[in-house]
Amino acid sequence: MNALALLGRYFAASMRSQMQYPASAIMLTLGQLGSTAIEIVSIWALFDRFGAVKGWAFGEVMFFYALIGISFSFADFLTRGFDVFGSDFVRTGAFDRLLLRPRSAALQLVGHDFRISRFGRFFQASIILAIATGMLGFVWTPQAVLLALWTIAGGIAFFSALFVLQAVMAFWTVESLEAVNALTYGGVYAGQFPLSLYARWFRTFLIFIVPLACVAYFPVLAILGRSDPLGAPDWFLPLAPAAGFLFLALAFLAWRFGVSKYTSTGS
Amino acid sequence: MDALRPYAAAFSSRFLLMMQYRAAALAGFFTQCWFGAVHVMVLAAFYLGAPDAAAASPITLSQAVTYTWLAQGLLAVMPWVGDPEIADGVRTGAISYDRLRPVDPYALWYVRAAGWMTARLVPRVALMILAAGIILPLIGQGQWAWQPPASLPAALLFALSETLAIALACSIIMLINIVVVATLNARGVNILMQPLVIVFTGNLLPLALYPDPVRIALFVQPFAGTLDIPNRIYFGNLTGQMAWAGIGLQVFWTVLFVVLGRFWLARVMARLEVQGG
Repeated sequence: MNALALLGRYFAASMRSQMQYPASAIMLTLGQLGSTAIEIVSIWALFDRFGAVKGWAFGEVMFFYALIGISFSFADFLTRGFDVFGSDFVRTGAFDRLLLRPRSAALQLVGHDFRISRFGRFFQASIILAIATGMLGFVWTPQAVLLALWTIAGGIAFFSALFVLQAVMAFWTVESLEAVNALTYGGVYAGQFPLSLYARWFRTFLIFIVPLACVAYFPVLAILGRSDPLGAPDWFLPLAPAAGFLFLALAFLAWRFGVSKYTSTGS
Repeated sequence: MDALRPYAAAFSSRFLLMMQYRAAALAGFFTQCWFGAVHVMVLAAFYLGAPDAAAASPITLSQAVTYTWLAQGLLAVMPWVGDPEIADGVRTGAISYDRLRPVDPYALWYVRAAGWMTARLVPRVALMILAAGIILPLIGQGQWAWQPPASLPAALLFALSETLAIALACSIIMLINIVVVATLNARGVNILMQPLVIVFTGNLLPLALYPDPVRIALFVQPFAGTLDIPNRIYFGNLTGQMAWAGIGLQVFWTVLFVVLGRFWLARVMARLEVQGG
């Protein structure tokens, strides 16, 4: 069986097990939808009180918010195994079993679990995207659609990389580290706002170290047809999501290093 | 005093146990710094971009910044989720031991929740004060710092109000615990609590910054008492009668939730289903 067919099996098994409790799956999805939806209220309240910020209207900020939410929901859906890697695999020693099987550990971790509830955030972000489109009177040309898909792909790679890095740290810390939440959930939050709102040191960090801006701010500018007020060249904007894939490649290099240094904790 | 000993023991054992998790405290602190910094930069962009609206705002930028650091430092006081020990007990059936103890189950769980909360609070708030209250001014970023209380009376009232905030948050956690026991599952109710807590406590955005027509409603709802009311007392936005009104609201909601919780827990415990084996 090739890797893709195997992932398909994993996926089907995961769906079947969650559908044993359909009411629970639906409620968790709705809960995710509600919990992410309510956050936009606070952004709206800021715009309601202070008006546009540095030339950005609420509709444009909703665009950032929606695309980053869609990217994150898919990454969260695909990398659950890495998310719980520390607590469920390293601490318990269950990772030994994965290593004994004749398939790559990364593949098995991707297949570990696919949480249906993650689509709550996806639905919510899609609704926000529809509203933002209406508010801005934005026209979705084929070019804009392609660019949005490319942005989302880069975003999925970026957030998946963060979950992989979180798992890599667990090789040394044993537990899953809450600190990475600052970059995952905190990244979703920071990415909702245009980069030009932030201080210089923080912008540098989000472009060159953890390239969140490359999968959110820069390509969304290209989709909206705006130039970067901070002066990034126009040709760079649509290319930026590639940084997400580069980041993912680096994360997997770190992962391979971590696996090579792994010592079992199991008994 | 003997009657209180088991509760004091439950509190201190949970407190000391939670204090062992130093790595968790450090990780939490890092997350708080990140969210705090992002919040502060976003607020500053909005305030500085619209001087007229900023002048008319119910709280100033420097107050909103202090609010943000308070909100991050006091993160552990928010009733985000039910007590994980209770959820574990429900799953494994260990809850039946609590049923057999010759103590009041509500009071026992309440003090355990309080121990759990305060032990997570102490190291995080201390690190936050060090970072945002002392280091930021020292490196010349004083305008983004956690400011000291507005005055001595404000500080004293804040101490009272924050204590009540912990009491109120524990009474809300007890209600979540009871839902967990009644439904035998913690995940559903925990997921539903997150959005309520993050918005209605003021953690995501100070409640004073929401549109004026809804501000009264936001002030009297129970979650305001866990963060927004003590914060506003701290920087002198609620003074005199308004401060006492806020404290009165905290007392009102705490008493209501404790009475409600005791009544409900008695009913749930009377027909408790124990899982596990």
